[in-house]
Amino acid sequence: MIAAVRFVPLTLLGALLGADVVSFPQAMISRPIVAATLGGALAGNVAAGLLTGAVLEMLAMETLPVGASRYPEWGSASLVGGALAGAPVAMRPGAIVVGVFVAIATAWAGGWSMYALRRLNGVWAERAVPAMEAGSRRALMRLQLRGLTADLLRAALLTAVALVVWTPVTGYVLAHWTVGRAASHSILAAVAAAVAGGALWRQSHGAAGSKWYLLGGAVLGVVLVLVT
Amino acid sequence: MTAPDRAPTAVAPALSWSARIAVFTRMFAVQGSWNYELMLGPGIGFCAEPALRELPGGPDGPAYKEALARETRYFNAHPYLAAVAIGALVRAELEGRPPAQIERFRAAMCGPLGSLGDRLVWAGWLPFCSLVALLAFGLRASPLVIILLFLGLYNAGHVALRAWGVSTGWRGGLRVAASLGGPMLQKGPQYLARAVLFLAGLALPLAIARVVGRRGLEIPTHDWRIALPGAALLAIVLAVLLVRLPSRVEGWRAALAVVAVLILISIA
Repeated sequence: MIAAVRFVPLTLLGALLGADVVSFPQAMISRPIVAATLGGALAGNVAAGLLTGAVLEMLAMETLPVGASRYPEWGSASLVGGALAGAPVAMRPGAIVVGVFVAIATAWAGGWSMYALRRLNGVWAERAVPAMEAGSRRALMRLQLRGLTADLLRAALLTAVALVVWTPVTGYVLAHWTVGRAASHSILAAVAAAVAGGALWRQSHGAAGSKWYLLGGAVLGVVLVLVT
Repeated sequence: MTAPDRAPTAVAPALSWSARIAVFTRMFAVQGSWNYELMLGPGIGFCAEPALRELPGGPDGPAYKEALARETRYFNAHPYLAAVAIGALVRAELEGRPPAQIERFRAAMCGPLGSLGDRLVWAGWLPFCSLVALLAFGLRASPLVIILLFLGLYNAGHVALRAWGVSTGWRGGLRVAASLGGPMLQKGPQYLARAVLFLAGLALPLAIARVVGRRGLEIPTHDWRIALPGAALLAIVLAVLLVRLPSRVEGWRAALAVVAVLILISIA
């Protein structure tokens, strides 16, 4: 379980990671491979966090954070997923599977929360337009700071609620988990590989000779799997 | 009171270093109040504001107020490449270019800066860096190395792109569009796409092997003999479905469904 003493640092870190997705500074500390690893480290098992983060990173490859589109918010969500997969009680075959499930579900909710925040920012912006049209620096600063603060609060709230909701669910699921590690990790890897491979092919197959680049890399990759 | 037009200058107008640094650092928060109405507009005004204070009359003068009002209006672009527009707009405002010319420039730059940034960064540089991190993960690098490698590599490109953007915009002014036609920006996404596909082929098998827990040529146990072919079949079927089906079928939703079914089966 997530100890109460870890709840506050996780929530604060979730706020920063959630804000990084769009508002500030977009340095990609919110990418799953970073966020879930940090979550696992804070929960006491960095390896479980990294494993969860690697699976989520593959799933997140299809998410292009393009302008006005609505997409999952992977930052706070991956932190929660990594933390629950790395929680001490979670050292069971299904821990990574449950961590990934929690992260995807939270990322979905996070996507909705970002949409709601953008609508709210729009309301604030419309109210600020008359003052900004008069050249008010104060109105502009207020709008910008309000948006940044609201995004931090959104991500903190999302992280806190996700931890509160998913911690007991994770405990229950792992206590009753029956599928072996071989099967559960294989299915997880298969899904992640399919999503990443499909997404990268769709994004990049227009380049000349694309299939040969993919095939060349795949041959080398399989050889490395066999010899390392 | 309307600010008087000033004659455009051949060389870039003077701008203090403190204003340059403030403009650059504010660009990391350019999307702080992103919304569906004005999109990036207020963010552009927020970034340009420190430089606009150096307009004649200072922050209380009419030139500042009119310029700030213009720069907070609707604008949309990729957040990193918005730096090009910010640099150009700041110069245009300090040169006293006619408002109509500035408005036309803002309208014209939205599309190119958006599509180029999306192809270069979201579909190129970001997946490239993610795959490098997954390759390091597959090669069993330590968590710290993987994180530092990913963040160091990605942000080297990220910060360099913002710095290049604002500097190019400042140098080019309202004629900066010509700089976007350079070979690096036009060919860059194609080169990155090839590198991404090669890295995908290389990194994904290694990353998957590590997730599954397999090492080298070890003889599979009974569980693995059943699990591995099943997983390979599932991966191929799902990948083909995701590529063939319309793009609105998102992989993460399919993944959520499969993982949910696995959990239900496991605890049933």
